[in-house]
Amino acid sequence: MKRLIAAFVAVLALSGLAACGSDTTPTTAGSSDNAVPHRIVSMSPTATEMLYAIGAGSQVVAVDSNSNFPADVPKTDLSAFEPNAEAIANYKPDLVVISNDVKNLRDELGALGIPVLLQPAASTLDDTYTQITELGDRTGHRPEADRLVGSMKQQIADLTKDLDRSGPQPTYFYELDNTLYTVTSKTFIGQVFSLAGLTNIADPADANGQSGGYPQLSPEFLVQADPDFVFLADTKCCAQDAATFAARPGFGGLKAVREGHVVPLDDDVASRWGPRVVDLLRQIVQATRGVPVG
Amino acid sequence: MSTVLPPPVASAAEPDTHAAPRAPVVRAARLRPAWLITGVASVLVAGVAGLVVGPAHLAPVDVVRDLAGLHTGLGPQQVAIIEQIRLPRVVLGLLVGGTLSLCGASYQGVFRNPLADPYLLGAAAGAGLGVTVVIVGAADGAATPAAAPIAAFAGALGAVALAYGLGRASGGRTSTASLILAGVAVASFLTAVQTYVQQRNQDTIRQVYTWILGRLSTAGWHDVLVLLPYAVVTWIVLLAHRRVLDVLAVGDDEASTLGVHARRTRLVVIVAASLGTAAAVSVSGLIAFVGIIVPHTVRLLAGRSHRVVLPLSLLFGGAFLCVADLLARTLSSPAEIPIGVVTAFFGAPFFILVLRSSRRLGVTS
Repeated sequence: MKRLIAAFVAVLALSGLAACGSDTTPTTAGSSDNAVPHRIVSMSPTATEMLYAIGAGSQVVAVDSNSNFPADVPKTDLSAFEPNAEAIANYKPDLVVISNDVKNLRDELGALGIPVLLQPAASTLDDTYTQITELGDRTGHRPEADRLVGSMKQQIADLTKDLDRSGPQPTYFYELDNTLYTVTSKTFIGQVFSLAGLTNIADPADANGQSGGYPQLSPEFLVQADPDFVFLADTKCCAQDAATFAARPGFGGLKAVREGHVVPLDDDVASRWGPRVVDLLRQIVQATRGVPVG
Repeated sequence: MSTVLPPPVASAAEPDTHAAPRAPVVRAARLRPAWLITGVASVLVAGVAGLVVGPAHLAPVDVVRDLAGLHTGLGPQQVAIIEQIRLPRVVLGLLVGGTLSLCGASYQGVFRNPLADPYLLGAAAGAGLGVTVVIVGAADGAATPAAAPIAAFAGALGAVALAYGLGRASGGRTSTASLILAGVAVASFLTAVQTYVQQRNQDTIRQVYTWILGRLSTAGWHDVLVLLPYAVVTWIVLLAHRRVLDVLAVGDDEASTLGVHARRTRLVVIVAASLGTAAAVSVSGLIAFVGIIVPHTVRLLAGRSHRVVLPLSLLFGGAFLCVADLLARTLSSPAEIPIGVVTAFFGAPFFILVLRSSRRLGVTS
């Protein structure tokens, strides 16, 4: 038994060491810390958008199968969900950007001497700015990154500055798929809606955060809450639109349906935390501005 | 009607010279009116509870008055909640739960296997594959999500047909064991394909998962109307076989001496039960455990004859799923819990309890 515990402790210690080791970017022969990567593989659609937005697109040699913006990205069939270190290494990258350390991908690539940058899903807009800046630093495009962040902040300030916050806020329901999975205000996307001065009807459904901000709503609760606006982030995944939404049982009489306030969104834009979050905010503000609440 | 068949347990009788009746043998072969009334009452109670309780807090008296067509002070939204969301959901729960339980009881009878459930011959795996392909295709613009129930139905029936064909081809004419093994093989194979397709398309994994865990609220009355004709046909065919299944329980050879064509009977029951299962699965997803725990509970409490088990499984299965759905939409209101989680969470411990009790009572299957 004692030996077993000792072995267990040893394994723990080793894995702890390994985790520490992977935090520092392995430097490989032939590339120094100052070298600017010119063979970047992006395994994150958001990182792809950021890289192109800061002018590092020409340094990107491959992107994962879900990266589809901008249109001319070097799309491959590399899967970010089921990644294979060997398949990634085939592109001889000198930097791999990932948003999710699936199956110890970071360590595997590290063992091959490939530097990895982990940029997980942002939980706030500040995370987005930090990631853009970080990408700017790593790719030699810091000035462009700073300009992008500045421009995003300015646009968001412009979009939200003359919102009337005096009266009651309009309410909204945000649909992730056609089984009423939704988000609360605690999520990244929920915060964007809060910026636009909207109140989320789903907040009570995950008040204690047990669903991680992504509860599945009861249809009768949605009908009773009767939100002023409905935003559909399932136009691509589930082929939903205002008509299919209105056709669901009990939804035909919803205020948002009657008044034409069911707003289709682009699933991709709505699920990423890159530069296009400004476009999303603009769409929300334009759809809701000047609509009387009540 | 006049031929009182021996209950299945009696068939296991070792040459017993003493005439002392053992406990299982005295269990009723005929459905007692008291049990029938209890079953109907449970359906009514579960149905009413499902109608008056929900995340939208409506006064029960208003719900009842609205459904009775009387004047209420409810607004159009609240009427929509009662008539377009709750009522079809309750009816769907009764239909799906009753059908799955009845099909499970029939599978257990026809295979003489206590662990048989409606998904035994690969219906769930086939339906899962069909739905996964449609959901993935919908995300690529190659299919419409509305095709999912059809894909589930076709997948379920296709899998059972495949298993039956393979089992028959390899097992000769009387072996139910080879049929079960063929079902296991087909289910494993189709699940492997389904998992592969699902993992290759992780952007749609939540939708696939939602479907697999089961849900009673999708298309309201449309689902009810889709399911109803299949359910009714299944019920009629299976209930009509309740006596024959008792005969089959004594073994194929013995059954044939009693004038029952075992293979043909088995085929008819399997086809009917698979049809009902496929239709239920196509509108509700893969709801676990209903088809196992309800029939076994009925056997334990009311008797082992199929004349008791089949009708009572239909009634109690409907009531059980109706209550499970009530829990699914109220336990963490206004969020929902997948109903498959509720049935398995309460079903698994309950199943253990049934097994323990049945051993103590000497009611082995």
